[in-house]
Amino acid sequence: MVEAKSSQANKDKARRAAVKPATFGENIDLGTYVGSADEHPYQADPSKFPARVKEQMLEAGVILDDPGQRAGTFIQMDNAAVHSSVRQEGLEVMSVSQALDKYDWLSDYWWQAVAVDTDKYTANVELNQYDGYFIRALSGCKTVYPVQACLYLAKARLAQNVHNIIIAEENSDLHIIPGCTTASDREAGLHLGVSEFYIKRGAKVTFTMIHNWNPEVAVRPRSAAIIEENGLLLSNYVLTTPVGSLQMYPTARCVGENSTVRFNSILVAAPGSSLDVGSRVILNARGAKTEIISRAITTGGSIIARGYVEGNAPDFKGHLECRGLILTGDGMIHAIPELKGTLAGIDLSHEAAVGKIAEEEVEYLMARGLSRNEATATIVRGFLRVDIEGLPPLLSAELQRAIEASEKDLM
Amino acid sequence: MGDVALSVERLTVEVGGREILHNVNLAMKLGETHVLFGPNGSGKTTLLMTIMGFPKYRVTRGRIVFQGQDIAGLPLDQRARLGIGMSFQRPPVVRGVKTRDMLAACLSEQEHEERIGQLAEKANLSDFLDREINYGCSGGEIKRSELMQLLAQRPTLTLIDEPESGVDLVNIALIGELLNSVLEKDCPIPERKCTGLIITHTGHILDYVNARTGYVMCDGVIGCEGDPHEILATIREKGYQECVKCFMRRAPSG
Repeated sequence: MVEAKSSQANKDKARRAAVKPATFGENIDLGTYVGSADEHPYQADPSKFPARVKEQMLEAGVILDDPGQRAGTFIQMDNAAVHSSVRQEGLEVMSVSQALDKYDWLSDYWWQAVAVDTDKYTANVELNQYDGYFIRALSGCKTVYPVQACLYLAKARLAQNVHNIIIAEENSDLHIIPGCTTASDREAGLHLGVSEFYIKRGAKVTFTMIHNWNPEVAVRPRSAAIIEENGLLLSNYVLTTPVGSLQMYPTARCVGENSTVRFNSILVAAPGSSLDVGSRVILNARGAKTEIISRAITTGGSIIARGYVEGNAPDFKGHLECRGLILTGDGMIHAIPELKGTLAGIDLSHEAAVGKIAEEEVEYLMARGLSRNEATATIVRGFLRVDIEGLPPLLSAELQRAIEASEKDLM
Repeated sequence: MGDVALSVERLTVEVGGREILHNVNLAMKLGETHVLFGPNGSGKTTLLMTIMGFPKYRVTRGRIVFQGQDIAGLPLDQRARLGIGMSFQRPPVVRGVKTRDMLAACLSEQEHEERIGQLAEKANLSDFLDREINYGCSGGEIKRSELMQLLAQRPTLTLIDEPESGVDLVNIALIGELLNSVLEKDCPIPERKCTGLIITHTGHILDYVNARTGYVMCDGVIGCEGDPHEILATIREKGYQECVKCFMRRAPSG
């Protein structure tokens, strides 16, 4: 049903890009995954999902037993939207298939931030898409509690193709917690997720994504945002559990004056995990600002931490900070910060450091009475702590909880 | 008074295979403050780091007796838990670890936020609690932070490395006050339980903190021992060169 709404032009472009490899990351053989799955019934009351499912969703930050803590909920199992609800006026949460039926104008947003022919993954989402979420805050709507959206991979070897649209209308505030997780802790699967963000004049979006996959899952999110005048995107990404292969490089384009983007990523690569994660910001309007911060820890996996800031307008400001910590000898971290300016008088900077825990720091803490393990844990906890400016306390606490949960495994 | 808090006996120490301290002896009674003078590179910091137990400083001969126990073989953290604390001359920056976290680590579990606030106020560091430890701090701020941590840790033996280096006149008065507090100088002499060993190159700290005994360290050896003010007066008048010459005259040949 989604297929019918997309234009022939998009389909044609997608067909031409169907085998186009991605610029980065290991090339995933799409033929090894199944394209469809069994239907899952719609569940009006999300607290009635099986306890095990709720527990797995909770690990990805999705709370189903206490709806009071969320302004809205969307749940997709495999390729079926199984629940959507909203608890605040001025907010819309539904599947994109419903939204496309409801709003003719939605096609004006379809593939406008992300190019359909970016690579074979975006093409595959267009050609074999089953659903995704649509979250929209109407003009002036301020969400106090976040909207949660869970993409749950239940069937083994499934390719989950989703296309999400997030629209924050003028002067709205929208907080979203998208949590992605799997039913099995060992079955293979593929998650292809396109997310397009449209942040209008004066609107503010915080997007705090907690991923919880398994060592056999391959993940290729394709996200991009367009931010208008005085708009703000605050995107936080946390991955502390094992994953097979993850490659993503979300892009934000500041097209309105004084728009702001902040990307914070916390990445932990367990043995066998291969992460290629970056954040890219293009500052195309006067006074636009960005800050990209990433913290990467490996306990044996490999991490490529990318960052790219490009400034093409006067008075912009961009800073990129990328720090990596190698906890065991088998891990690898490759930090690739890039800055590009096309004007005189620009302000772009970066700070990158990759290393192991300094013995001098451990000993300093030990001289205060901490054991070697306690000192190491304190340093790792500090390394993972990113003080995120502008993040509401509730989200900040949830983020902290996700990070703290990973510390036990790290030690 | 009378109990020996620390005695260093015939201590020889190597760093990276090179002998730095040779046959060092000193003894401090409970509640006393002693001062270690010496030119740069004479081995003062090596002595403190060895007593504290940093693994790089290897004891090849001699003993370090603290509260009646030879601690030379004990690991660093165990010595800290026995009651030895140190104020570092140049402590490292630990990114992500806040000053508040360090204080919490130094305090026992029963003590909480209130105590952290009081200590920060006392050290005039209330605005620094949520800063990363030692990050972007001035010399005076670092020294105050070190002493604030010691006030939280409450060691019975405090080792203080150059409390006045890189510190301006305004800061040094407060540092003296904090140091006196760490060393329980407000307690009547017989009731003091805190013993202190202070390294000073310039001796300025003696304007703020009273000490009972002074030593001059030259080339890894304690060259002389005596009244700290008398020693400082000589150093101020004649410089460390005179101490070295005096020491050489008395040193057994060969």
